[in-house]
Amino acid sequence: MTVYSIAYKNLLRKKTRTALTAGGIMLSAWVLATLLGFNRGYQQGLNRDIDNMGFQVLLTAKGCPYEAATLMLKGGTGLRYMDESIVKDVFKHPEVEKVTPMLMHGVFDPDKGENGAIAAYLGVDPATFPSMKPYLEFKQGGWFTDDKAYEAVLGYEAAELETREAGDLMLVVGVEKPVKVVGVLKRSGTQDDGTIFMPLGAVRGMFDRKGKLTGLGIKVKKEADIPAFENKLYDLPDVQVVSMAQVKSTIMNLVNSARVIAMGIAGIALIIAMAGVINTVLMSVMERYAEIGIIKSMGAMPFDVFRLIWTETAILCGLGGAAGIGLAFVTAGLSEAAVRYFLPYAPNGALIALDPAITGFAFVLITAGGLLSGLYPAWRAARVRPLEAIRIEGEQ
Amino acid sequence: MTNDILISAKDLRKSYRRGAEEVRAVDGVSMDIRSGEMTAIIGPSGSGKTTLLNMLGCLDNPTSGTLRVGGELVFGGHRELPEGELTLVRRRFYGYVFQKFYLVPTLTVLENIMLPGAFYRGEGGWNPREVMKLLGIDRREDHLPGELSGGEMQRVAIARALINGPRVLLADEPTGNLDSRRSEEIKEILKGLASRGVAVLMVTHNPELARAADRVLEIRDGRTH
Repeated sequence: MTVYSIAYKNLLRKKTRTALTAGGIMLSAWVLATLLGFNRGYQQGLNRDIDNMGFQVLLTAKGCPYEAATLMLKGGTGLRYMDESIVKDVFKHPEVEKVTPMLMHGVFDPDKGENGAIAAYLGVDPATFPSMKPYLEFKQGGWFTDDKAYEAVLGYEAAELETREAGDLMLVVGVEKPVKVVGVLKRSGTQDDGTIFMPLGAVRGMFDRKGKLTGLGIKVKKEADIPAFENKLYDLPDVQVVSMAQVKSTIMNLVNSARVIAMGIAGIALIIAMAGVINTVLMSVMERYAEIGIIKSMGAMPFDVFRLIWTETAILCGLGGAAGIGLAFVTAGLSEAAVRYFLPYAPNGALIALDPAITGFAFVLITAGGLLSGLYPAWRAARVRPLEAIRIEGEQ
Repeated sequence: MTNDILISAKDLRKSYRRGAEEVRAVDGVSMDIRSGEMTAIIGPSGSGKTTLLNMLGCLDNPTSGTLRVGGELVFGGHRELPEGELTLVRRRFYGYVFQKFYLVPTLTVLENIMLPGAFYRGEGGWNPREVMKLLGIDRREDHLPGELSGGEMQRVAIARALINGPRVLLADEPTGNLDSRRSEEIKEILKGLASRGVAVLMVTHNPELARAADRVLEIRDGRTH
């Protein structure tokens, strides 16, 4: 017979009340673990997406940088066009290791979805683009045969959406000649999964954009001072310099602002759960006032009673916290789907990254909060005087 | 039966104020409690029986007088033990049985009996199964209190009081909630404990139980007669 088994059985006296209180703690733990996991997952996903772009700086025609950044992260580039002579101008800088020109073009396809949708094609340079993206692997086929060939390489998800395999033909709205799918990429966990790649020359020809670019990806030499280089690029006329580091920082600033609000909500949930714990344990102490008096008359010291009541609180919080962590794991997929639905941009890969450090921290925080709320009821119980308790019970 | 004095009270008094009036609940009681002796305190309601029992059982401090337990001065001569030290005295000497049994409803009979052991295990304590057998509740080991009769519950309460091997068993109306048959059983159990050397001190309204005691103290208006 130990204090732990007594405490556990005491909690079973009022099963519904215990379950409701543990449920409150569980919800707090769930919210906390999910939010912490989201923060970690989003940051990891964003880092992965940006690192996998293959270039550190993107040049677009002058426009709203946020719009450009969002489009770029969704697989697109800027809204306006630059002249291809910019490639030579950029190459003059000693910091540049490689550049890859890109031309994004979108057309409205009335047959896409229920009400039609924009079909976007990314024209890339077959000579430079593949070497910037060495992590891309083919599930079927390979890259284009020629810069002007009417060929396409589909990202993994784009191929599933278009239901095309290597060797199939696909039609582009407004273009008479069909495009042949020459390759399908394996899943990369980046925005490339949803992209339809075509040769730059072919896209220019199809949509009459000769000599035009929407973006220029720049890979900088390792020893280069990137911020200084970015400043130099601003000397070029009518270009917008999008630094991947800035994009990452800007998005994380926005996400962190949202996180502060979300953590505030988690904090309120924790406080409500703590209030529930105080209420439940205090009620339990009051209901067992005489019994606690009897225990003390039998030789239990104030610390023994304190330990008993605090153990009850610890079990309640421990079980509730563990259940909440478990719930966070079980509902991670659902939470991720909800986050993706509501957020304008969410990186690829797992958005709710629950690892032992995060779940451990959430569990410790919830349990510590619970134990803190158990202090007052345990202190009250420890102060019960045996005679007073028995007398009050006798008068009832 | 040995005759060593376990509790010695001299001129114990307990008074408290009820508005402007001073109530003397116990007014100068002196008595000794010896091991193996069964003592009954009787008297009308409000006469001070329970107050005296509580003071003798170190559950309540007297207003004045002297109280020694096992030869140690617990109260008197400017000495008043704090609650923590009183608990230590209670651990070493006392077991308590109350009219309401105060069993924990979610613990089995065996667990209820072992409950004090979770906090303190006294030297010379009883083996739980032996004490259950002695009190005739060994077949109820795994039952919950709600499945027992009143008499059985009081036996469990007595077993719980005995588990740490007390030298004094204090019982406040131990048959108060029991019918005559169950009361008779409890009486026999208490007599049996006294014959084993336990000092039994009880407050009772039950004349049969009082008659079974070695000594009967009648208390009226806080004084013994």
